[in-house]
Amino acid sequence: MTLTRRSMLTLSVGATIGVVAGMRSGPAAATADDVMAQIKEFSGGAEPAMGTISLDAPEIAENGNTVPISVSVESPMTDDDYVESVVIYADGNPSPDVITFNFTPMSGEASATTRMRLAKTQNVFAVAKTNTGKVFMDKKEVKVTIGGCGG
Amino acid sequence: MASVKPRVKVPKSASAGEVITIKTLISHPMESGQRKDKEGKPIPRQIINKFTCEFNGQTVFSCDIEPSVSANPYLEFTAKVSEAGTFKFTWVDDDGSVYTDEKEIALK
Repeated sequence: MTLTRRSMLTLSVGATIGVVAGMRSGPAAATADDVMAQIKEFSGGAEPAMGTISLDAPEIAENGNTVPISVSVESPMTDDDYVESVVIYADGNPSPDVITFNFTPMSGEASATTRMRLAKTQNVFAVAKTNTGKVFMDKKEVKVTIGGCGG
Repeated sequence: MASVKPRVKVPKSASAGEVITIKTLISHPMESGQRKDKEGKPIPRQIINKFTCEFNGQTVFSCDIEPSVSANPYLEFTAKVSEAGTFKFTWVDDDGSVYTDEKEIALK
């Protein structure tokens, strides 16, 4: 096509919009893609199975500064078959990873509770990995009325 | 940090093989690095980044902690008790400070 002045203008405006749209504005935030990428890394590429692990989080968090979360994985927790670690991720916080719980057969149970910050309404993920390489996942959406990541 | 205080709750005794619940709390602001001061300058990150629970010298449970964990980090977890002994709890701060606490447990 002939490059008219009009088409040049449209092309350059379109290119600028494309560049601006690609840039993140404001504080960097984790996205669902970041979380999925980190989960894949943690699981060594294996697809986590849903179930076996249960993540407890409130449906609505009044205060995003301190949201109680609990995780529990069904496991015999013997030397041959135990949960090695559980990682908690949040897809709307400045950084996706929240905490890693490292268990041993001496834990007795693969369960732990803590309190986390949620910047805004988002999904919280819990991914467990056993010593035999099995990976399980649970996910909960938590609605946040007052965000709590420091802003 | 002068004001960092750990508090731990461990049952005084347990039967051999019993799984007990341990609750820990440490007062610490867990400065995430996201906040800005009055002049708009970012307040640097300073958090507890690691927690470890050992029993008679063996690691039972540990955590790798990120800034999304709330101030005054609360950690609750379990331990299977097979003999009497001492639990040792360790918290490591970004600035290298190490805070510890110990609790004895007897066998019923």
